[in-house]
Amino acid sequence: MITYLEAIREAQAKALADDPRVYIYGQDVGSFGGAFKATKNLAREFPGRVLDAPISEDAMVGSAVGAAIEGMRPIIEIQYADFSTVGFNQAVNNAATLFWRTQVPCPITIRLPSGGTPGSGPFHSQSMEGLYSLYPGLVVMTPATVEDAYSMLLEAVAIDDPVIFCEHKYLYYHLKAEGLPNEALPASKARIARMGRDATVVTYSAMLHECLAMAEELATEGYEIEVVDLRTVRPLDTDTVLASVARTGRLLAVGEAWPWGGVTAEVLARVATEGFDLLDAPPRRLNAKDTPVPYHPNLWGTHRPTAQTIARSMRDLLRL
Amino acid sequence: MLDSAQRLGSLALTQETAVRAFRWMLLARVLEEKLASLYRGGKITGGVFLGKGQEALSVSLGMALRRGTPGDIYAPLIRDQAGRLAFGENVLDAVRTYLGSSLGPTRGRDGNVHRGAPREGYYPMISHLGAMISVVCGALMARRFKGLDGFVGATSIGEGGTSTGAFHEALNLAAVERLPLVVIVANNQYAYSTPNSRQFACANLVDRAIGYGIRGHKLDGTDLAECLEGVGCAVDRARNGDGPQLVVASLLRLAGHGEHDDAGYVDPILKAAPVGRDCIKTAECMLIEREWATVLEMEAWREEALHQVEEAIATAQHEPAPDPNTESWCALSTPDFADTYSVEPQP
Repeated sequence: MITYLEAIREAQAKALADDPRVYIYGQDVGSFGGAFKATKNLAREFPGRVLDAPISEDAMVGSAVGAAIEGMRPIIEIQYADFSTVGFNQAVNNAATLFWRTQVPCPITIRLPSGGTPGSGPFHSQSMEGLYSLYPGLVVMTPATVEDAYSMLLEAVAIDDPVIFCEHKYLYYHLKAEGLPNEALPASKARIARMGRDATVVTYSAMLHECLAMAEELATEGYEIEVVDLRTVRPLDTDTVLASVARTGRLLAVGEAWPWGGVTAEVLARVATEGFDLLDAPPRRLNAKDTPVPYHPNLWGTHRPTAQTIARSMRDLLRL
Repeated sequence: MLDSAQRLGSLALTQETAVRAFRWMLLARVLEEKLASLYRGGKITGGVFLGKGQEALSVSLGMALRRGTPGDIYAPLIRDQAGRLAFGENVLDAVRTYLGSSLGPTRGRDGNVHRGAPREGYYPMISHLGAMISVVCGALMARRFKGLDGFVGATSIGEGGTSTGAFHEALNLAAVERLPLVVIVANNQYAYSTPNSRQFACANLVDRAIGYGIRGHKLDGTDLAECLEGVGCAVDRARNGDGPQLVVASLLRLAGHGEHDDAGYVDPILKAAPVGRDCIKTAECMLIEREWATVLEMEAWREEALHQVEEAIATAQHEPAPDPNTESWCALSTPDFADTYSVEPQP
């Protein structure tokens, strides 16, 4: 069995082994192996290519842009997605605009350990995918499975554009798979994670598992819920979403990020403008509560959508 | 810190070096004067930002660097026309960017000072001050990964930009990695309208070098001879393994922040002080004093520069503007990852 975290480690090991242009730069990623051990033993296996950085997110991301211009393919590990706000300027203004301004591509991967876990509190729990997705020139990946964590990270490193790779910390240790995939759906495509006919739930990252649990629960009530895993939120695979809504006539979008704007709002906007006539009921969305992410497990467990709250929202939608 | 007696830069002052530097300075000044008049005549959309008073410092860096593939890395800022020309930018590309020609390096997607040729080590700045320093650091790390040696990465900034977190992060990173980085700070006394008294509280910005554990150099930015030697020395030291170099030069910006700004806030005492000297005038005096050039020769060089600039402007003005109908409107290089969603009705 291999965990989501081990898949990320294995993908980086493969990228380092296959391509001499790849290196990893981030806080504590060297001999310590990273705060979450996503780079465990990599510094030893790839001497001089897995380097500790000072606590300088701006300079880490900025340096990746320069290295990319010079032909390297850096992987930057931000210790927690939340801290990427300090490097935000370099990501959205330097990395994201470089190709458009100069026709010189910027193949960098910025790994963001994202999302909430019990006890992590307001500054170690954030979901930044919506924020980065606002900017043209970036690709934003949000893998929900062990297989995707592996194959999408390899694709992130391989493509010539800057990728914000939002890996979910809640899935790091608990999510397991039999092994690593040999082939994969392109990272830009969404996936039907569960077939259904009564309603579509569109989601991504850790919320996929809450949505699958919800679909299981509603199956006992006689409903067949189709679950779409976006996998990558920018670009947003609108065709797959619309095709699902065409089959079911009902849409619920679920995300762990805050409710104002963001991925779920974008999904609803696209379906409402391009697929209005496919809908049998007003589309819905469910997000985290509109406060910073709380520390205590009781509060945190209620702040984020769960299978129970998603099921409640879905039952309401099915009654319409 | 070095005093002038210790300076042994590769730009040791010879007649040939001084004349070459002076002619780049003159070309930059003439070009910028023309750009300013095009701006006043409504021919340039957006801002025009001049390096008037900073040419001696700027040209010294441009001349100390070696262009090639791969060569040194140069990330200039807004007041570096002289350095850009000395590094190898042609006048036409500068004019094209200001006039928005579709044949310019940014093809109308960005304007004025935001130009470069990254593949040739000439990096285009973004407007966020301090941001380019770590980009140069990363480029130097890349060279190291590839086992390439003997290169320098250099960038310029003003005293205002030294207050940013990006400046601090990048200098510290460069020091930790001991990169061959040269950062040139033009202390031109004002960040837009903000005087130094509201910008920093240390006695001299060069003292920050001690805090980073890197070498600092203090220069009179109005003196071409001192700039050539001082910047040349810093570049040589970086090239020869002495780690990052911080050069701080005092001078006065002899223009507004941009041409929209009359700079009425500049203290007349500064204008009258040695720091307010025009480096082109001091360079002229130096050339005459040393009998390295005559007034007539300098007039001829100015005429030649003027002719070169006018020719470039005439060319760029006849070039096509960017066409929104043929523009790709795609910011990614990987088409598969372009987000194709659009609410615009299909034609």
